[in-house]
Amino acid sequence: MSALVTPATILPNRPSLTGRLSDFLWKHPHVLLAILLGPPVLWLGIIYLGSLFALLLQSFFSIDDFSGLINYEFTFATYMQLLSDANFDIIVRTVTMAAVVTIFSALIAFPIAYYAARYAKGKWKAVFYLGIMLPLWSSYLVKIYAWKLILAKEGILTWAFTKLHLLWLLDGWLSLPIIGGNSLSVSYTGTFLVFVYVWMPFMILPIQAALERVPGNLIEASSDLGGTPQQTFRHVLFPLALPGIVAGSIFTFSLTLGDYIIPQIVGSSRLFIGQAVYAQQGTAGNIPLAAAFTVVPIVIMGLYLWMAKRMGAFDAL
Amino acid sequence: MRSDRSASAPLGLKIAAIGGLAFLHIPILLIFLYAFTTEEKSYQFPPPGLTLQWFAVTWNRPDVWAALTLSVKVATIATAIALVLGTLCAAAVSQTRFFGRETISLLVILPIALPGIITGIALRSAFSFADIPFSFWTIVLGHATFCIVVVYNNAVARFRRVSGSLIEASMDLGADGFQTFRHIILPNIGTALLAGGMLAFALSFDEVIVTTFTGGQQSTLPIWMLEELIRPRQRPVTNVVAMVVMLVTFLPILAAYYLTRDGDQIAGAGK
Repeated sequence: MSALVTPATILPNRPSLTGRLSDFLWKHPHVLLAILLGPPVLWLGIIYLGSLFALLLQSFFSIDDFSGLINYEFTFATYMQLLSDANFDIIVRTVTMAAVVTIFSALIAFPIAYYAARYAKGKWKAVFYLGIMLPLWSSYLVKIYAWKLILAKEGILTWAFTKLHLLWLLDGWLSLPIIGGNSLSVSYTGTFLVFVYVWMPFMILPIQAALERVPGNLIEASSDLGGTPQQTFRHVLFPLALPGIVAGSIFTFSLTLGDYIIPQIVGSSRLFIGQAVYAQQGTAGNIPLAAAFTVVPIVIMGLYLWMAKRMGAFDAL
Repeated sequence: MRSDRSASAPLGLKIAAIGGLAFLHIPILLIFLYAFTTEEKSYQFPPPGLTLQWFAVTWNRPDVWAALTLSVKVATIATAIALVLGTLCAAAVSQTRFFGRETISLLVILPIALPGIITGIALRSAFSFADIPFSFWTIVLGHATFCIVVVYNNAVARFRRVSGSLIEASMDLGADGFQTFRHIILPNIGTALLAGGMLAFALSFDEVIVTTFTGGQQSTLPIWMLEELIRPRQRPVTNVVAMVVMLVTFLPILAAYYLTRDGDQIAGAGK
């Protein structure tokens, strides 16, 4: 080791073992890099990517209709099954829900993020930060459970509508086709509300991060130049916040695409992608079809991430 | 230097922001109320009466304790693994430049960027592929994988603020790499690691989707809760557990906040 050292070094070599090792790493940064990167990359590469790859591989197999065993021959037949009416409906339903949830999350999140970024000072800044972080990090199942309490027929929403003499409004809404149902807890409306509630905090933080980087005097300049608040929002604030919104939408969109617990607990019996995957791999034992179903969100998210990257969304994370 | 910033927000914005925050918090408060209700069979609102008896009932339920113990064990080990791997990765990405840095960040984010069900089913099929029986360790394996990103994010953010000149100064003064790590880097990133670790713990403690696929017969607290949600047996017990879970996850989050709050005032960061 020390033979490699040129005599031009200012300090003498360190005699101790750790010192020698330290010197060696300093002179060979690639070795240091390999030591640092090795464990995490091996872990993620083998356990995560390996599993993911094995799963994708299975989507090219098919299941024998008679024996129920997996036929290990390369085929696109399983993917063709995705295009059957019932399965395609599931995909369309899930993607539509994810898109609507994302839009509404952005609408609710923006004012919170904007207020927190620009107007909240001192103590209020902390209140807003914790007010966003606590719901974001608190238990996912407990949050769903809370909504089961709220949306139940005997729950607080029905009570509130009755007290306000607006029960006809609720009943009218529930009698609507598609979005209605017997009660809110078994309707798409209920599923939608829970999705928005559970994923919306993921939208606030990136938007806030993006807005915090907008200098206040930029907004003032826009007003000085005669821009109305609406114009300032449209031409200055919104374009600058867009990378944050896109970054947040990665979470809301992706999380909605893959969730199977929320529609199972609050929702109608019509399946979402996550539930289809769960049913196919569990009771139906059709791993190839389950794998093919998981490819759908992967492909959609791949395209989404690629677009998001082009819009500079990763800088807002 | 700068023109006055208008101090108060437009009324509409204020209402929208506070309304949004209320939307986030009222459901959580309701959980607390329901833990005390005397109504056993339904989710009736307002509760017909208030009682403390469900706390005693829950305390004496062995299945709740078993699930809680398992959750804590899994979360502790998964957090420890994630702390080591996440910090190593963050150090590599922030302190050195190499080909494929962006790919590494993507690789770390991927387990939470892709829906949990994909991670879950991928791990499950890999375990059955490799003939690994489901056990405590398969749960840990899954949890550690998606906890890495939380530690990584916290550590990377802090590493960026630890100024390079501080490390160079330490080296110039004769410290070797280990001494620099021990006396300069670690004190600077320590609180960020603690915060990341706490968030990783909260994440693992709460995880349900990946666990359903990697858990086999054992149930962690979220799995127990999910079963209660699908087939309710004793609703008030679920209410109490939900409230306790809420309070328990609040603590690490609050702690993580106070630990990273003063991050801007790190020595040397101002140059």
